Amino acid sequence: MEAGATDDLQAIARRALDAALDAGAPEAEAYVQDSSGIEIRVYENEVESLTEGAERGAGVRAWIDGRVGYAYGTDLSDEGLRAIAAGAVETARLADPDEHAAPPGVEAQGGSGGAGQEADLTLPGLHDPSLAEWQTQRKVGLAQEIERAARAVDERITAIEQTVYADGEDRVAVASSAGLAGAYEATTCYAFLQALATDDGDRQTGLGFGVARAPGGLDAAAIGAEAGERAASLLGAEKPRSRTCPAVLDPTVAASFAGFIGGTLCADAVQRGRSPFAGRLGDEVASAALTLADDGLDPEGPNSAPFDAEGTPSERTPLIEGGELKTYLHDSYTARRAGERQRSTGNASRAGYRSPPSVSTSNLVIEPGERTLEELFADAADGVYVTDVAGLHSGVNPVTGQFSVGASGRLIKDGALADPVTEFTIASDLQSMLRAVQAAGRDPRWVPFGGSVKAVPLLIGEMAVGGS
Amino acid sequence: MTLIEPALAERVLERALAHGGDLAELFCEERSGLALSIDESRIERPQQGRQRGAGVRVVSGETTYFAHTDGLAEPDLLAAADAASAALDAERAEPRALESERAPELQEIAQPPEEVEAERKAALLRALDERARGAGSEILQVQASYNEARRRVQVANSRGRHAADDRTRVRLGAQVVAKRGDTTETGFETLGGHRGFELVADDGEAIAEQAARKALTLLDADPAPAGAMPVVVGGGFGGVLFHEMTGHGLEADAVQKGASVYSGKLGVKVAEPIVTAYDDGRLPGEWGTDAIDDEGTPSQKTTVIEDGELTSYLYDLFRAGRDNVESTGNGRRESFRHLPIPRMTNTYIAPGDADPEAIISEVERGFYAASFAGGQVDPATGDFVFGVSEGYLIENGKVTKPCRGATLIGNCLEALARIDAVGSDFEMKTGFCGKDGQSVPVGTGQGHVRIRELTVGGTAVG
Repeated sequence: MEAGATDDLQAIARRALDAALDAGAPEAEAYVQDSSGIEIRVYENEVESLTEGAERGAGVRAWIDGRVGYAYGTDLSDEGLRAIAAGAVETARLADPDEHAAPPGVEAQGGSGGAGQEADLTLPGLHDPSLAEWQTQRKVGLAQEIERAARAVDERITAIEQTVYADGEDRVAVASSAGLAGAYEATTCYAFLQALATDDGDRQTGLGFGVARAPGGLDAAAIGAEAGERAASLLGAEKPRSRTCPAVLDPTVAASFAGFIGGTLCADAVQRGRSPFAGRLGDEVASAALTLADDGLDPEGPNSAPFDAEGTPSERTPLIEGGELKTYLHDSYTARRAGERQRSTGNASRAGYRSPPSVSTSNLVIEPGERTLEELFADAADGVYVTDVAGLHSGVNPVTGQFSVGASGRLIKDGALADPVTEFTIASDLQSMLRAVQAAGRDPRWVPFGGSVKAVPLLIGEMAVGGS
Repeated sequence: MTLIEPALAERVLERALAHGGDLAELFCEERSGLALSIDESRIERPQQGRQRGAGVRVVSGETTYFAHTDGLAEPDLLAAADAASAALDAERAEPRALESERAPELQEIAQPPEEVEAERKAALLRALDERARGAGSEILQVQASYNEARRRVQVANSRGRHAADDRTRVRLGAQVVAKRGDTTETGFETLGGHRGFELVADDGEAIAEQAARKALTLLDADPAPAGAMPVVVGGGFGGVLFHEMTGHGLEADAVQKGASVYSGKLGVKVAEPIVTAYDDGRLPGEWGTDAIDDEGTPSQKTTVIEDGELTSYLYDLFRAGRDNVESTGNGRRESFRHLPIPRMTNTYIAPGDADPEAIISEVERGFYAASFAGGQVDPATGDFVFGVSEGYLIENGKVTKPCRGATLIGNCLEALARIDAVGSDFEMKTGFCGKDGQSVPVGTGQGHVRIRELTVGGTAVG
């Protein structure tokens, strides 16, 4: 981070904090965010839309006798900050007291001690200065190249619905009355497209995507080709017959499921009786083939940051190791509620200044195994290779763990890929699926589904396939 | 009720066209809201917020340039106009003077929520919690939320359009967890509208019992069947079926790119004559209702399917211009930070003349999807999926065992053509619809509807 790059935000955060204390909150916290970015949509080699946006806002949390209130706003003048602070105090009076409610304090940070928190919480590699060197026209060119790459895959690629390139620069500052203070800046960029393949009345779509810290990290040819190949490979797909069989999940699908599993391991869901893994700490909840961690520190992870949404330092937290459930993910509230020996794992998260923090995964990492994709197919022998799932948000119940979602992919026959299949469901529950993981593939990739997941393919020994 | 003076809007539009363009538009918005939750019988996460900002759009040929800013002061708006037009170098259309702003046909808000004491809202949640817990000893957890939001919007464009709207929405949601032995189940219910506090003031907490009943019913459930069978879809939120399998495919952006299975199907018979369907942004008090869309076009009722024949797509200004038709008032956006795109408002299958009970009793073996958790469609292929939140087996014409974990999966055109009964009952429900990263409130509705054959994806294979 350049010296002073976030000074202005830190000053606003302090003023907002002071305003909350002045408004009558004994304890308070301010979060200030300043984001700017561009989004480019390309269609048939022309720019369809070009959006430039900047956004600045602040959110204030106030604690009054165990009651917590939150308010946010876009007016960052002194008067505006006073209004936000007053709003936080006013709403706090609506809440019922909660004995565990308190600002995250330095005492909860593993005893590393006092004022050290304020000194130097940085994480190199989040901000890529090369983003600033890319002119808009060059980004348009990148999106156009992605679109061309998809069309080049197969003559049956008849349309690219849209190709989207977007990047952003976020600056964040936090200050709390418990003495936490910090700021950081990060760049992100991503691109995705949906290709349509048509053949003899059959229509199939395929998604391609990439994420990076700057456009130089996006491989246009690979992103485009992925969409084209996914769409073309599904042409001629039919409904498989209903049965129970092994399933190989490609990394995008494995990531989506990992995201739901990560959610069930958030202490908030556990403590409130809304997780199928409540009370299972230390148990064998998965096969030994699965190792899952949360990593808020990997600079490649889109959700990495030096500290979480309430200023607690980020960490790498093992969740499932050798099949054993090691820990849940905590913010300062759930840690305090869990008891003395639990500290925050740095998993407070917020969707920007407009939302108060809550527990969430940062980046999930499915530990790679030894098997190539082909070896996983051979292991499966007879089953399905699932390359896409749909309807996750309505099809997965995170409280019970049950799921039934739409899927498409390829049949696996005699240990190798066979005909494409679509319009079927895969159903099980997260608990059974974890125990049925037989092997993890070896080639990881970052997937922006299920939050953010560094994922590998997974072989699941048994899955209910609903088709014809 | 305007947010900014018309003269300022004209200056911004003039500035936005400085480097050319066919159309410039300024969208100003002030939004504020309050949210409250109850969890573990404790009121928590109270929050309020206020945002003011604007989006400036310039359309030139096939390209749209857009910039948004926080704040509504003249320097903010002019900076947004400059940012939007920076990359432009084109012919310029002369802006027309703004029309005098038409008085919008506002919804009646009997009790503006911001005038209702906050403690009454907390009391509502406490009553809801109590009602849910009172529904049975197996109720383990109750979580509920109250949300109110007010959006004041003003739209001005270089063709002289000038319109405003003042939108108040209130929504209550309840999720209940029930547990018996090792079996856990959930039930969910919502109540929402383009209404004031009056919507929930009188017995809004009744949704607690509906959510609790769903969770308790599912405790007795068997795994859902897997395979193709006749499916009866319940009223109200069952309308999400039509929303997904037809509504999205009628949005003109997908249609014009050939990325919808409904492209080129105008005037074509896509369903049995018993099916007539509408998108109606004017339904009084409904969740997806507004006086104008987010481009200033008055909301309207659009017949999308009449007696089985496809009659209209859903248009915003830009896509309507391309097809040489009028906008259908479906140019909507999540906020001033988003571009308007064609979106549904309240979409529903009109009531038919079938007796809802007969629709079920005519089925020998099938599935009854009483309520959905949501759904998803790929308009380009027409493939859809719905998660069933409350489902039952139909055996010998009777609704029998509840089923857990069911999903309905199919293809739009096939499933639409297989609707063979539309009930005379009718109900609307609220939902949030996501598209291109934008979420907007939509209403879905219908009575009981039967689909001759659809694939149910459950775990009970065989």
